[in-house]
Amino acid sequence: MTGTVEIRDVVKRFGKVEAVRDVSFSLPEGETVALVGHNGAGKTTLMKLMLGLIKPTSGSISVLGDDPVAGQFEARRRLGYLPENVSFNAALTGSETLAFYARLKREPAKSVAPLLDRVGLTHAAGRRVGTYSKGMRQRLGLAQALLGEPRVLLLDEPTTGLDPALRQSFYEIVEELRGRGATVLLSSHALTELEERAGRVIIMNRGIKVADGTLDELRRIARLPTRIRLKVTGTGLANVPNWLGPVDGWRRINGQMVEIDAAPDRKIEVLRRATDEGAPVEDLDVIPPTLDELYAHFLLTQEAAR
Amino acid sequence: MRNILIVARKEIQEGLRNRWVLATTLLLAGLALSLTFLGSAPTGTVGVRALDVVIVSLSSLTIFLVPLIALLISHDAIVGEMERGTMLLLLSYPVARWQVLLGKFVGHLSILAFATLLGYGAAAGALAVTGAEIDAQSWTAFGSMIGSSILLGAAFIAVGYLVSALVRERGTAGGIAIGIWLLFVLIYDMALLGLLVVDQGQTLSGGFLNALLLLNPADAYRLFNLTGSAGVSAFSGMAGVAQNATLNPSVLLAALAAWALVPLGLATLAFSRREL
Repeated sequence: MTGTVEIRDVVKRFGKVEAVRDVSFSLPEGETVALVGHNGAGKTTLMKLMLGLIKPTSGSISVLGDDPVAGQFEARRRLGYLPENVSFNAALTGSETLAFYARLKREPAKSVAPLLDRVGLTHAAGRRVGTYSKGMRQRLGLAQALLGEPRVLLLDEPTTGLDPALRQSFYEIVEELRGRGATVLLSSHALTELEERAGRVIIMNRGIKVADGTLDELRRIARLPTRIRLKVTGTGLANVPNWLGPVDGWRRINGQMVEIDAAPDRKIEVLRRATDEGAPVEDLDVIPPTLDELYAHFLLTQEAAR
Repeated sequence: MRNILIVARKEIQEGLRNRWVLATTLLLAGLALSLTFLGSAPTGTVGVRALDVVIVSLSSLTIFLVPLIALLISHDAIVGEMERGTMLLLLSYPVARWQVLLGKFVGHLSILAFATLLGYGAAAGALAVTGAEIDAQSWTAFGSMIGSSILLGAAFIAVGYLVSALVRERGTAGGIAIGIWLLFVLIYDMALLGLLVVDQGQTLSGGFLNALLLLNPADAYRLFNLTGSAGVSAFSGMAGVAQNATLNPSVLLAALAAWALVPLGLATLAFSRREL
């Protein structure tokens, strides 16, 4: 199966710096994919490559069936891009700016007002962009990316600078487009930013693709332990292995609490014993590995392998 | 073609909004009007040749002002948009880089042409209204003065783009633009004069001097306007030069056009090779 975006063995060097090293992946229709990595991991470079703004040193890229650097504009008309730190000319108003971009995409002028409404900028449409706040500029940036019902949306760190309510409505818009069959690629520097919105995650580190899969798949591969906290009564604390059985990692947190790092396949077993009749347990909390821990795990394993 | 017009339209819109158009038009009109009325005071009434006097003073004004305005609006065109980050978004749209550059050129040139036409036209209009008699020959000379002024502006806009496409920072582009203005408008002529004085007509041939004059768009413009029409050259004190000039107006115009087209082509090339 071929996706809307195909990247094969792509390498991009800037002088001596290898920004992207031998990366391959394919993005299918109707999927939200997150591109996660630190600053300088190659996320923005990958997006610029997909847009045809820079040429790959080697390897091939195809976006909606076109080679983006070949100067074929058919694909670009069906492509939306929101750059990191989007900026506009300060002298024009919001609706003038959007109308300019609509003309370049050959979209009718009447598509401007509904888009501004969709991102909640109708009240500021007649004001100069120079007077906009960061969040408003970001929304205008999203509006221009949505021009012309794009088949592929490339959003570079789209939610930085948005307050939680805006972030919510932002993800709703993205989800709606995805539902209509668009490919959405979101980049972010932290996995937690994405709040589990992405169906699939690609983790990049120093230009190398470190991990690629759904969050559940990544969790399985990483085999990160689940933390279980038990509130122990009476003298139970003195002889934990007696009633809990042999567990690898456990430690006392304070006079009443015990924390256990349970590997995925041992989790149920530990829970069963802890909830067994006669076990001196008053209360328990199960804390699954966070996205940050998952992300850190993949970065660390790749660093260790170098 | 449509993309070029879309970009040009946006440049004009921006120029109108940030008062560039207004400021340049007012500046040119104000200076042109004061030159027209104050400049003729010491010479008294010059009768039928009133417009020719205006042409002489306005073309001297143009040599200083138009290149400066042109460089001011053009030096920022590429490097400035790149630094602000607006270029990245623009180039992700279905528009080629040469279309962006050409669109900007059309837009900036329209702003300059509008200001020149309106500003200088105001001077001629005022002269006509106050009852000065102007014959057809003077009108032709005046028309070609405005046309060549716009061409001179085009040349310096193109040079400004070339600078803008080559440098990495806005500040550098600004510095180089000022340097170019100083070189072509002030230093070049002084150096040429010094050279001629030192040489005393011994070794430098007329052909070499012609070539040197064509290598500076401002000089090509000056020669075109001050020697182009018999009436004007009489007033500019260039009548002697005009008789001996081996450079005819079409060569001078061609040089000006080349000064617009070659830097524009080079700027397009430099811009298309540039990585974002």
